[in-house]
Amino acid sequence: MKNFSRIGKGEKKIDGLPLATGSLKFTDDFVVKDSLYLALLYSPHAHAEILDIDDTEARKSPGVVEIFHYKNVKPILHTTAGQGFPEPSPYDTVLFDKKVRFVGDKVAMVAAKTKKEAEEALKKIKVDYKILEPLFDPENAMAPDAPKIHSLDCYATIPVTYDPNKNLAAEVDIAFGDLEKGIAEADIVVDEIYHTHYASHCAIEPHSVKTFFDEMGRLVIISSTQVPFHVRRIVSRVCDFPLAKIRVIKPRVGGGFGAKQEVMLEQLAAWATITLKQPATLILSREEVFRSSRTRHPVRTHLKMGVKNSGDITFLEMDTLLNTGAYGTHALTVLSNCGAKVLPLLNKIENLHFLGRSVYTTLPVGGAYRGYGATQGYFALNQHLDILSRKVEIDFIDFVKKHHIREGETSKIFEVLGEGKEGVKQVVKSCKLDECMDWCASAIGWQEKRGKHITHGDKIRGVGAAVAMQGSGIPLIDMGAASMKINEDGSFNLDVGATDIGTGSDTILAQIAGEVLGVRSDKIIVLSSDTDRTPFDVGAYASSTTYISGGAVKKCAEKIREQIFDVAITMKKWDRKNLVLADESVKNKKTGEGVPLSDIAIFALYTQEQFQIQASASHTSPESPPPFLATFVELDVDTRTGKVDLIQAATAVDCGQAINPILVEGQVEGAVVNGLSYALVENFVFSSQGNLINGHFKDYKLFTSVDIPQIKTHIVKSYEETGPFGAKSVAEIGINTPAPAIANAIYDAVGVRLYTLPFTPDKVYTALKRLKTYDY
Amino acid sequence: MNAEFIINGKSKILSFEPDERLLITLRNHGYTEVKNGCLEGVCGACVILLNDKPVNSCQVLTASAAGETITTVQGIGTLHAPHIIQEAFVKVGAVQCGFCTPGMILVAYALLKENPDPSEEEIKLTLDGNLCRCTGYVKIIEAIQLAGKQLRHRQHKG
Ligand code: FES
Ligand code: FES
Repeated sequence: MKNFSRIGKGEKKIDGLPLATGSLKFTDDFVVKDSLYLALLYSPHAHAEILDIDDTEARKSPGVVEIFHYKNVKPILHTTAGQGFPEPSPYDTVLFDKKVRFVGDKVAMVAAKTKKEAEEALKKIKVDYKILEPLFDPENAMAPDAPKIHSLDCYATIPVTYDPNKNLAAEVDIAFGDLEKGIAEADIVVDEIYHTHYASHCAIEPHSVKTFFDEMGRLVIISSTQVPFHVRRIVSRVCDFPLAKIRVIKPRVGGGFGAKQEVMLEQLAAWATITLKQPATLILSREEVFRSSRTRHPVRTHLKMGVKNSGDITFLEMDTLLNTGAYGTHALTVLSNCGAKVLPLLNKIENLHFLGRSVYTTLPVGGAYRGYGATQGYFALNQHLDILSRKVEIDFIDFVKKHHIREGETSKIFEVLGEGKEGVKQVVKSCKLDECMDWCASAIGWQEKRGKHITHGDKIRGVGAAVAMQGSGIPLIDMGAASMKINEDGSFNLDVGATDIGTGSDTILAQIAGEVLGVRSDKIIVLSSDTDRTPFDVGAYASSTTYISGGAVKKCAEKIREQIFDVAITMKKWDRKNLVLADESVKNKKTGEGVPLSDIAIFALYTQEQFQIQASASHTSPESPPPFLATFVELDVDTRTGKVDLIQAATAVDCGQAINPILVEGQVEGAVVNGLSYALVENFVFSSQGNLINGHFKDYKLFTSVDIPQIKTHIVKSYEETGPFGAKSVAEIGINTPAPAIANAIYDAVGVRLYTLPFTPDKVYTALKRLKTYDY
Repeated sequence: MNAEFIINGKSKILSFEPDERLLITLRNHGYTEVKNGCLEGVCGACVILLNDKPVNSCQVLTASAAGETITTVQGIGTLHAPHIIQEAFVKVGAVQCGFCTPGMILVAYALLKENPDPSEEEIKLTLDGNLCRCTGYVKIIEAIQLAGKQLRHRQHKG
């Protein structure tokens, strides 16, 4: 293992204490003088045409300044997905439409002097709806007589299958080998259908935005966003306002998990400020976050795989149906990832077919959500691996070890399936999945507990496992940039576009720069995500920040290092090959002498051949090295009530070299607990009319401290040669494994196979009742 | 309406609407370290100490708290003079996005005052009303254990 000075240390988050003492600001903490408050009117119907809006009474309501709707706002087709350019999600959205497509779709917006006045005025807007037939079942979406959700004006901006006439938001179809042959060769074929459900990200800070004109007449957008640069580009287009006159500032963000990649509110607030020439504030309530923002796309996966008695897999056929809801945000890319991030794991399969379709319905809108399709795909795959391994009587761990991709190997999937287009060929250079599984197995006592059905009273114990890989950024698409300069005391400013949404990326980027320059993180002053002040970055998504933005910071710091050496050579006439940076100095390895960085800075700034030591660098990657992870859970099933009691969940991750192990553990623990919570308690409950009836924290249960089992986390030793100081990504992967691991453990306990999430007591109980005897 | 409150040890006159909730009043007067995560009384981001007891300030009518003593997270420690609990949260990585953190810290503060050596189970029960989506609670529990230990140690030394 390499010898590092700053990498691999659990340094404190640089914004930790300012957050713990409440001094750092989130969007709603900024005081914007004389701001108008915006409030949104939402559709009570799942599918309806707006025949008329009468706002006469509402306009007379106290404090009201303006009311926006389809009659007075220019309709520019766009997507709210918040992705790079060209955008892979279809343009099927306008600011205010003449049609509503789910309960919670926006209808109108009031701008008033106070929040209360804005909300009062909402009640006075009269909307005349013509109710249309809703579409709730994605399986029926493509039927010829299904209601059409979108008009033919909607379009895809890249060459992909998109057919609003069939409610088809995206389609992916790839195959290789000979499926017939694979089927013929199989001794056993397992054919099952799996369902993953809707969920809310539940970032504790709701979506928030403030807009105003600064002293120079430029539009400032303070936003709780994961993608400040995309916000600038998208707002400029949708509001038809020059990009050069927009500045987006991302303050502290109270969690994102994909929810805040969506550019949903910024264009509304910007529109109000541009038209009214007044500041505007738009903060969603928790109920609005649930009802009108974005969710995890529900997915139906029909998976068919064949094995020989020897355990060799002869074919795999995956048919994925993704419900994108009323709009096609991330419909293509999440769909692609249901295959692209999942199937390469079993790279030895020669005969394979992946068919994916995303369809419109009149239900809430899917979006980016930690895991991004991999969560949905691994739910099916890990259960299938459990079923198959039991059929051929090979332990799950050995079965996975037999089939998973290894160092030096590739997968055809990498090449044929990317995010919305063809992928990029790559060879896996680091994979420690075996070590991950072995650690988990011993952490939870796999050998002693698997298949033992240890019983106490009504409770039967089981253990189950699941594995996953993800990516590190989108190859040849994601880009990050950094710039740096030195100050007189040998400190550095580091400006990055990378977007810290609570993950700690500001800290790990400082550690990367510090490693190159031989300084502690407190000598690195980080400024991130201000479109006026920092270089570009695509933002915080696709697990890209450590690998891509980290790569940019490393390159930038290396340029700075060379300039520092130049100055040292001028000062001391030293030989470059003897120079290193350590302990805030340039050191001469040969003579043992050193010059402090402060002397270097002062010499360069004030003394001779004066110049500012400064540099910038950008980074993209031709590959996206996957991190690997395993989660093993132990649980009790209460056969009297169907309740599942988690005992422990052990997770081990190969994320390459951990830049900051404490922050890595935090990412894994957060993702795993979110995944456990998703599997057991989180659920969207709809009325027969498509109305979400549990859209509050009171009724939408998510795990609190008392619900968590014992959580064990381990980082296995690994080094990814293409990553900055050996690092790969870590933010998303941990959410993929809890649900299938629980399903496999429930089966291990009581012999009941659950194909549909979430595993609520009634579902487990009903399944148990269907079993006459426990048939393991 | 106007009323006097003791906030973080200082007497303050705050103005508010008759039906206003304390969370909104405090934020309107610059105490933005008190966070709004739901306004439903469920997430715990808005926790303050009202006469030393943790409460969800979004569930308190401002008028009903007139004259009372209020402590926000800045009242127990600031950037320049942080409290042991705040430092422990940072040290073990219990702060990710930091939005739940002020509420968590105040609940921990009240707990450790009453029970300087709580068990893991007691800590979990105390945090039941505070949601955190980032950390999975693991490091928050660890931070409270560490802070408890340090506080006991300090008391011991006198
Ligand atoms: S804001 Fe008060 S409990 Fe959530
Ligand atoms: S640290 Fe983000 S919600 Fe707790």
